[in-house]
Amino acid sequence: MYDMKALYQARDVADAVSLRLAHPEAQIIAGGSDVLVQMREGKRAGKELISIYGLDELRGVKMEEDGTIRIGSLASFSHITRDPLIQQYLRVLGEAVDQVGGPQIRNIGTIGGNTCNGVTSADSASTLFAYDAVIELTGPEGVRRTPIGDFYLRAGKVDIRPGEIQTGILIAKESYENTFGHYIKYAMRNAMDIATLGTSVNVRLSADRKTVERARVAFGVAGPIPLRAVTAEAAAAGKPVSEELAAQFAQAVKEDINPRDSWRAARDFRMHIAVESARRAFLESVKLAGGEL
Amino acid sequence: MEQHVIQYQTVHFNLNGKDVERTVDVRASLTDMLRNDFRMTSVKKGCEVGECGACTVIIDGEAFNSCIYLAVWAEGKHITTLEGLLGPNGELSDIQQAFVEEAAIQCGFCTPGFILTAWEILESGKEYTDAELRKLLSGHLCRCTGYENILRAVKKTMYKRLGKELPKT
Amino acid sequence: MSKSVGKSVVRVDAYEKATGRAKYTDDLCDRSALIVKICHATIAHGYVKSIDTSAAREIPGVVKVLTCFDVPDIPFPTAGHPWSTDPAHQDVADRLLLNRHVRYYGDEIAVVIAEDEISAVQGVRALQVEYEELPFVLDVQEAMKDGAPQLHEKYPNNILAHTDIRKGDYETARQEPGLIKVEGWYDTPTVQHCHIENHGCFAYEEAGRIVVVTSTQIPHIVRRVVGQALGIPWGKVRIIKPYIGGGFGNKQDALYEPLCAWCSTQVGGRLVKLECTREETFVSNRVRHAIRTHIISYVRKDGTLVARKFEAFSNQGAYASHGHGIVAKGMGAFPQLYPCDNLECDCWTVFTNRPSAGAMRGYGIPQAMFAGECHIDDICKAIGMTPLEFRRKNLMPVGYTDGFSKNELYSDTFNQCMDKGMAAIDYLRKYEQYQNQTGPIRRGVGLAVFWYNTAVWPISLESSSCRMVVNQDGSLQFQTGETEIGQGCDTAYSQMVADAVGVPLENVHVVSSQDTDVTPYGTGAYASRQTYIGGFSIMQTATALRERILRIAHDQTRMPVSNLDLVDGNIVRKSDGRVLKTLGDLATEALYSLTDSQHITAETTAQIKSNAYSFGCSFAEVEVDIPMCKVKLLNMVNVHDCGTLVNPALAEAQVHGGMSMAIGYGLSEELKFDEKTGKPLNNNLLDYKLSTFMDHPDLQAEFVENAEPTSPYGTKALGEPPACSGAPAIRNAIFQATGVAIDQCPITPHVLYRKFKEAGLIED
Repeated sequence: MYDMKALYQARDVADAVSLRLAHPEAQIIAGGSDVLVQMREGKRAGKELISIYGLDELRGVKMEEDGTIRIGSLASFSHITRDPLIQQYLRVLGEAVDQVGGPQIRNIGTIGGNTCNGVTSADSASTLFAYDAVIELTGPEGVRRTPIGDFYLRAGKVDIRPGEIQTGILIAKESYENTFGHYIKYAMRNAMDIATLGTSVNVRLSADRKTVERARVAFGVAGPIPLRAVTAEAAAAGKPVSEELAAQFAQAVKEDINPRDSWRAARDFRMHIAVESARRAFLESVKLAGGEL
Repeated sequence: MEQHVIQYQTVHFNLNGKDVERTVDVRASLTDMLRNDFRMTSVKKGCEVGECGACTVIIDGEAFNSCIYLAVWAEGKHITTLEGLLGPNGELSDIQQAFVEEAAIQCGFCTPGFILTAWEILESGKEYTDAELRKLLSGHLCRCTGYENILRAVKKTMYKRLGKELPKT
Repeated sequence: MSKSVGKSVVRVDAYEKATGRAKYTDDLCDRSALIVKICHATIAHGYVKSIDTSAAREIPGVVKVLTCFDVPDIPFPTAGHPWSTDPAHQDVADRLLLNRHVRYYGDEIAVVIAEDEISAVQGVRALQVEYEELPFVLDVQEAMKDGAPQLHEKYPNNILAHTDIRKGDYETARQEPGLIKVEGWYDTPTVQHCHIENHGCFAYEEAGRIVVVTSTQIPHIVRRVVGQALGIPWGKVRIIKPYIGGGFGNKQDALYEPLCAWCSTQVGGRLVKLECTREETFVSNRVRHAIRTHIISYVRKDGTLVARKFEAFSNQGAYASHGHGIVAKGMGAFPQLYPCDNLECDCWTVFTNRPSAGAMRGYGIPQAMFAGECHIDDICKAIGMTPLEFRRKNLMPVGYTDGFSKNELYSDTFNQCMDKGMAAIDYLRKYEQYQNQTGPIRRGVGLAVFWYNTAVWPISLESSSCRMVVNQDGSLQFQTGETEIGQGCDTAYSQMVADAVGVPLENVHVVSSQDTDVTPYGTGAYASRQTYIGGFSIMQTATALRERILRIAHDQTRMPVSNLDLVDGNIVRKSDGRVLKTLGDLATEALYSLTDSQHITAETTAQIKSNAYSFGCSFAEVEVDIPMCKVKLLNMVNVHDCGTLVNPALAEAQVHGGMSMAIGYGLSEELKFDEKTGKPLNNNLLDYKLSTFMDHPDLQAEFVENAEPTSPYGTKALGEPPACSGAPAIRNAIFQATGVAIDQCPITPHVLYRKFKEAGLIED
């Protein structure tokens, strides 16, 4: 039994918006794998919940006319991993969310919930950052879109305004087209764990596959919210593919990241792992893109 | 202390092949409803926060931790618990039989959940490597078996269903 | 003659457990139960000044609030040890049902009893507790210092106990010229048992007595402790133990049974249920003692051990529980495993403001083996000898006899086990191949042995009782006080009974559940004593039952007892092998006889005044990713000589589980505390890194079967030994791979990062 004050179940998105307006203090619950756990811990005990779990319209992955990939906010991790569009165009995202918790958690956990928690360790978040994902929110005034970098305000806080719910995550064609990426989840166990550090890299190589046209890298747990390492990205752009470039790229991430000391891991350890992970993820991405080293 | 009215809701779903309905407190987890209202005591509580897998049930063909699933979400779903795998005369399903034969059971507390996830894996009809099976089963913790004989039981059943010889290791 | 023992028969409870029908404590509790929730202290040390219960009592559904100011002032012990009638050997009675003197973050200070779980939880949250805070201490050696915070009045410097072993003359011997000194400090962590079923129990009064149904390993001991804690005659207490979802030593303590029983008495004997959450299980049940060990060895270049010093500091946590027994057992192994003429050994058990440490699989031996076996490889490195060579030269020789326990090493067990393990993992080839590697990814193989002794004689009482009851159809039930906790003793015992009585296995029915009103006395499941100790009472009771059956057979068949036998459930005339009648016919005739009705039963108590060594070893092969500070365990083999195997398949399964626990101990598991507050940081299954399905290689269990001469079935300890040597084997493999001698477990990436940096293997 959960110590909740009331449960409101939304019938559709419009109903969810009305419920949000009617119960501004209520917590939105999608799959519940975070919210219910927090409620059990006592952190959210006694709160009202608005369940949007039943909104099937928010499931599934689609491609829009302009090539944008739309991931419904309630798409579960396991469905994202198995989705043909994801496998074809955003394989790294499927691989990243396939490392969340364990299989049962991946069946209940949703990408919307993962991002709305605002936690830095979310396995989906670094890859979404690395692909310049856009968050779609639906509220009383209709649909609002915001870059994921702006959506995360601070640790545990995202930009969801009164009456809004997150309805989708969009990745533009320009962002994913002809890119290859690799995600490294660094954790203490190989399953059922939260990331000590998450590193997501993707690269686009020149037609001859000898030069890095564009490289992107984003981290989870390298700061209070997921972040991009723009210095490293700039260091790699336009450079010939090589092991040395991977090392330079990796060293450059130190300019951008700011992990903290906590009982889970020390700052210097996380810095060290971030550099090594960036190097390996970069090399793996280059290989996937057909680059020769 | 703030008072509030307890909300109840009637949930209709299919449990182990039979259509059922119950009026439940909306605060109930699916574990609570299955254990308390239906006496499905194979659904075990080991952590109640989705970390151990002991409460796993199959919902519309996929394995879920029933402890972090609201009972009211069961509306319209097909739910299978371990009780649902047994034949009408108490016959064990192939995967249950394999757990018995491979000494994959010790204290037995993680067993129901493991068998249900194994069942989901086997129902896919696919052939998996050991590493893939380990990953697919990794949402369950066991302190007795070191997972070794559980892997053997699942593998053996998988090959049997595929009509293939169990590879020698 | 043996037909069942030695065969891998299917577990007797397999069907019940494979179908989910096996009933555990909570499955048996009526839904009308009142729910008890505990209020745990949120300071590490101090006194409860007051608890304002008014808000809690106003919550609808709350029936009663009880605090540390309400409990009887009766300190009681909790350890699952046989009681001693000698006050000097009794367990330390140092806690109350609820404690005003808070000794760890999580100490129980109040309870709320409510009609439902949420009301109870809300009630606990509504309690207003006022504390008088005191300084606290978490580190074992800090706690021993003068001026450290004191936990228990009677124990100055927090020292619960200190014992020593002296042999020869350490100080003189170490002066020998040319000796190489090897010194190390080795730290092991606080870990938890993590049985998947949390401890829970329910209690009610019936006919003026209190009944507690509980997830325990030790029902008869819990009965005594509940009686002691409540200050009521022990006969007023009845404990029922159904199937339990693992114990591993945590449930070898009276946990919350006394409190739950008392709560029932405070609500007029109504049914009350107290179930631990996982978070409570981690902190407010028991943990494994973290032990810091200091070893100095003076060694000749040829590998001869000349003088050795051993000091161990055992972190007891807040309450005595099993106390000094753990580190004392570990120290006991030290002089025996690698005999040396000159020894100074000391060990201390010290209270700190941490969760109470109790029994856990291995009982001090995993800690001692981690320190001892890491140290052996450190010696090898220092003198340039291979780990195998050194062990062959120095390990306990055949014929070694311990003066205290009278245990004897009858066979060349260590060499046999090591040989078997080496073959299984291809040790010699890999050891050569992995010498002197360079590069970021390196491999290594490691070896560690273990010492273990079965059961607790002569430190404590060893006895076991067994009852057998023959049914009209010739089948029989048997009961023992020793408990099935998942390890498979119900099955092993059934096999033993079948053979000893002379009936087919399918005609043997074990009464799995213990009920102290019904079950003959036995102390329960611990010390890996089940097959060894239970074997004596089963053999003795079976012998008595057979005598009785054959006497009745004589009455019914007129044949002399000397010419009768009971084979496969038939009364057989020995001279010609003719089946005279079935046991079923005999039993039916005996029971319904109008002249001499007899219910055929037997019950005896066996006292066991022997003990048996149970030895073996682990081999581990690892791949170390130096830049990532990660260890991948590639292979692991355990080899055990636990005597004759009663059920090889179940024995193998037991070993897998122990190896798994050792892997966690070696690489990932540690309960952590906030240094500033003493608060546990990771008391849940997400943050506490119990190894998952993906963290294991295939586990290989091998056996050497030297029949144990003191056991009626040739068997000895197997439950705990598999957890004892895995962690140092992993450490020694990492040592071979990297040349870095890690002096602590778990060997996490955090530890490797520091050590690799110190060693210059990684740089930033």
